[in-house]
Amino acid sequence: MTKGTVSGVIANMVTIHVDGPVSQGEICYIMTGGDRLMSEVIKVVGSDVYVQVFESTRGLKVGSPAEFTGHMLEIQLGPGMLSKNYDGLQNDLDKMEGVFLKRGQYTEPLDNDREWDFTPIVKVGDTVQASDWLAEVIENSQKLKVMVPFQMEGKAKVKSIAAVGKYKCRDIVAVLETESGEEIKVDMVQHWPVKFAMTNYKEKPRPFKLLETGVRTIDTFNPIVEGGTGFIPGPFGTGKTVLQHAISKQAEADIVIIAACGERANEVVEIFTEFPELVDPHTGRKLMERTIIIANTSNMPVAAREASVYTAMTMAEYYRSMGLRVLLMADSTSRWAQALREMSNRMEELPGPDAFPMDLGALISNFYGRAGYVYLNNGEVGSITFIGTVSPAGGNLKEPVTENTKKVARCFYGLEQDRADKKRYPAVNPIDSYSKYLEYPEFADYIAKRINDQWIPKVLKLKTRMQRGKEIAEQINILGDDGVPVDYHVVFWKSEIIDFVILQQDAFDDVDAVTSLERQEDILNLVTEICDKEYSFSDFLEVVDFFKKLINVCKQMNYSVYKSEQYNGFVGQIRQMLS
Amino acid sequence: MAIAFQKIYTKISQITKATCSLKATGVGYDELATINGRLAQVVKIAGEDVTLQVFEGTGGIPTDAEVTFLGKAPSLKVSDQLAGRFFNAYGNPIDGGPEIEGKEVEIGGPSVNPVRRRQPSELIATGIAGIDLNNTLVSGQKIPFFADPDQPFNEVMAMVALRAKADKIILGGMGMTNDDYYFFRNTFSNAGALDRIIAFMNTTEDPAVERLLVPDMALTAAEYFAVEKHEKVLVLLTDMTSYAESLSIVSNRMDQIPSKDSMPGSLYSDLAKIYEKAVQFPDEAGGGSITIIAVTTLNGGDITHAVPDNTGYITEGQLFLRRDSDIGKVIVDPFRSLSRLKQLVSGKKTRKDHSQVMNAAIRLYSDAANAKTKLENGFDLTDYDNRCLEFAKDYANKLLAIDVNLDTTEMLDVTWELFRKYFKLEEVNIKKEFTDIYWK
Repeated sequence: MTKGTVSGVIANMVTIHVDGPVSQGEICYIMTGGDRLMSEVIKVVGSDVYVQVFESTRGLKVGSPAEFTGHMLEIQLGPGMLSKNYDGLQNDLDKMEGVFLKRGQYTEPLDNDREWDFTPIVKVGDTVQASDWLAEVIENSQKLKVMVPFQMEGKAKVKSIAAVGKYKCRDIVAVLETESGEEIKVDMVQHWPVKFAMTNYKEKPRPFKLLETGVRTIDTFNPIVEGGTGFIPGPFGTGKTVLQHAISKQAEADIVIIAACGERANEVVEIFTEFPELVDPHTGRKLMERTIIIANTSNMPVAAREASVYTAMTMAEYYRSMGLRVLLMADSTSRWAQALREMSNRMEELPGPDAFPMDLGALISNFYGRAGYVYLNNGEVGSITFIGTVSPAGGNLKEPVTENTKKVARCFYGLEQDRADKKRYPAVNPIDSYSKYLEYPEFADYIAKRINDQWIPKVLKLKTRMQRGKEIAEQINILGDDGVPVDYHVVFWKSEIIDFVILQQDAFDDVDAVTSLERQEDILNLVTEICDKEYSFSDFLEVVDFFKKLINVCKQMNYSVYKSEQYNGFVGQIRQMLS
Repeated sequence: MAIAFQKIYTKISQITKATCSLKATGVGYDELATINGRLAQVVKIAGEDVTLQVFEGTGGIPTDAEVTFLGKAPSLKVSDQLAGRFFNAYGNPIDGGPEIEGKEVEIGGPSVNPVRRRQPSELIATGIAGIDLNNTLVSGQKIPFFADPDQPFNEVMAMVALRAKADKIILGGMGMTNDDYYFFRNTFSNAGALDRIIAFMNTTEDPAVERLLVPDMALTAAEYFAVEKHEKVLVLLTDMTSYAESLSIVSNRMDQIPSKDSMPGSLYSDLAKIYEKAVQFPDEAGGGSITIIAVTTLNGGDITHAVPDNTGYITEGQLFLRRDSDIGKVIVDPFRSLSRLKQLVSGKKTRKDHSQVMNAAIRLYSDAANAKTKLENGFDLTDYDNRCLEFAKDYANKLLAIDVNLDTTEMLDVTWELFRKYFKLEEVNIKKEFTDIYWK
């Protein structure tokens, strides 16, 4: 392997003089004071190599030795990852010693001694190719697959396969023989370089299946689909994290991967404190059982921040190859972009807009492109739904990360300061936000089958009413309450009904926090009925009074357990007010 | 201190306003050095060329100055002797007392493993309803005051610190005026709290770049008391905008490309490294905590500037002060202030109706703001609008003003009283479960 010696240090960028070949993106370790510092090659000039160090470089001296590994940043994929807390480089944080993160401490990502219930899928003599399923192992009741090594080329025959039983992840459970007669020993662990997309599927069609999240402003108004992409930009304090946590708690997914990328450590603490207690509304099992946390919080080394989102995506692709529905949340992609900016700055590259590197747009679109709904080679389906948050500087959406993300993500959930100030949560702007999937004919067909064919037309009609309500609110602001016809007030208050009853939702109330699709259908029908009704009032005060009372009862209904006596009581009260 | 065989360099090849460069070998990154007795730190190594950042500035440094490398990063001696003492940015006493004896710890040390943290859950009562009722603070939280320089943030911060029942209060002063420094000293001394105070001071009279050491000094002392002594430590950092300005001075002199508002591209990470030191340790690790209350001064209330903007994304909320012209008092602004951790305690460590009452009051206060706009635009007000305006005045006076001192249950009772006085039941929009009990 190539070796080198350190020749310069500026913060976490180090130059190394090398004695042999190195490749772009290769991992090396720098030795200093008994610590091994993991680093990644980012630029090569002759025999001088620039690396970014994933750790603090304090005390590092010129002349310190470095060893190159010959491979890029890669992670290990196998059973035992669920419920784990990893850092951005896939070190198991729970296995680390002490209260503080020690420099140069790397831990095993998988539990090598744990045994797994193993059931073969293939038989001796079967022909297989890369990523085909060889066997099934059970982790946290989730059926995971042992697959043919992703890197294998061409076809191979199964020479032997282990019988039903308990095995460890490093045990050889199958032997394959390639067409050229080479023998491949297979255990349960795959290796994959995180910067490369896994393309081990047959086809990636347009996604169409609704991914239920229990959040009304998403499911009803701007739905996301299995294998879809979305992003949540918003100034600080508008509830990005609360919304993200709500989605990751409630979404109808088999696996949830949360990449806490350059954000607050306490937000990660919240997840691993609450998720082991909370129950997945779809399966009744503990949420933590389906969750993986990748924590590279804001005080952890900057270079590993970039790695953390790729690590998370690679894990998602691994589970998708098993035919699972994966939800990947990254909070926040702006921090990742900032990490890129810091490094580009140290390398003295010519800056693009706002001092971000020129290829920022390409990096973002390639990353979002790795999500998707796929048909695997064996005909099964899998999906990665990706939702990223964006933290625009000063809350101004005209900045490079937001603009570049908008080009690739299909759902836009724009959080608005004004709504947050008025405590209208979730503060998703109902007018500017969109879901492109509402326009997909595939999606319309699916919704017609799953719910009914009136759903989308009703939603679109309510959207128009919201728009109209906003226009009228502006007119009332200019002309005054008495300056507009009473009908205008009715139109405005109809949009308030939609806002208060459908869009606003209390994430901290046990009942209101999650709304099933069935209940959302009832609410949509009720609100449509209220809005379609003609009213006659003598003056605007009557309008205000009526709708305020109506909103109050509707809110009490939202706080009541679905179809309980209390709930039915409130529905009855609403009907009475309407007649 | 000087060791006999230490090598002395006497040939400086380059001097800028803040940095000196020379040829030297065996130098470690971040290492300290002295240049004719002035402290400096290694910021760049390229082969044999070493660049040093001189904290006091380079004025008067000759090219043949004596440069000695100290073989260590900036550090602080920690022990119980720190309590009750005042230090400069280097951790040297400025109160005339003796040097501290203790374990020498490098400042700016590693971060806490996230899985070794505990979720904060202990309420910090300040008696100020604008904080306790609307934006409850929790130990282990990090939260700044966003305030214009003329607002009384130092006074509020000192009041909060004294009422917070912390075992230690550590004050990190950056670019603080001498008058404010004496204000803190006198306030803590009058309250008989001096033995709980530790201060690291960089005043406006001291060199600006020195401030960069202050937060790490303060937090290293805080970690000693929280980790080794299992204490509840409150760290006050004022003013973080001055700290950020020093960052931009250094990065500018190192020819880095500035990003927004002339701040370095690494501003977010630089600030996060400080604020993320706030932590609640689990009981297995002694149960100590570090809470950070900071001040970020704004320019004309502009929160889109890079410093408050990046801070807002890092901290767990922010507190705004505002002079309310209707009542002639300074209040904690309920619209723009936020404590992200409040839901961990409100309704759990306080009465169950806390969140609903808080939200309803703020919503009605916002209706009052709308009514005020209507009034200013010359429109007629409805009866409801008038009631909102009356409510807002009462609410600001009895609850939002910073001179209030109540416990949270009293605050809730006062709010219910105001609801009943000005509104009808259906106008407050609170869950029936609570109106059944408290709407009497």
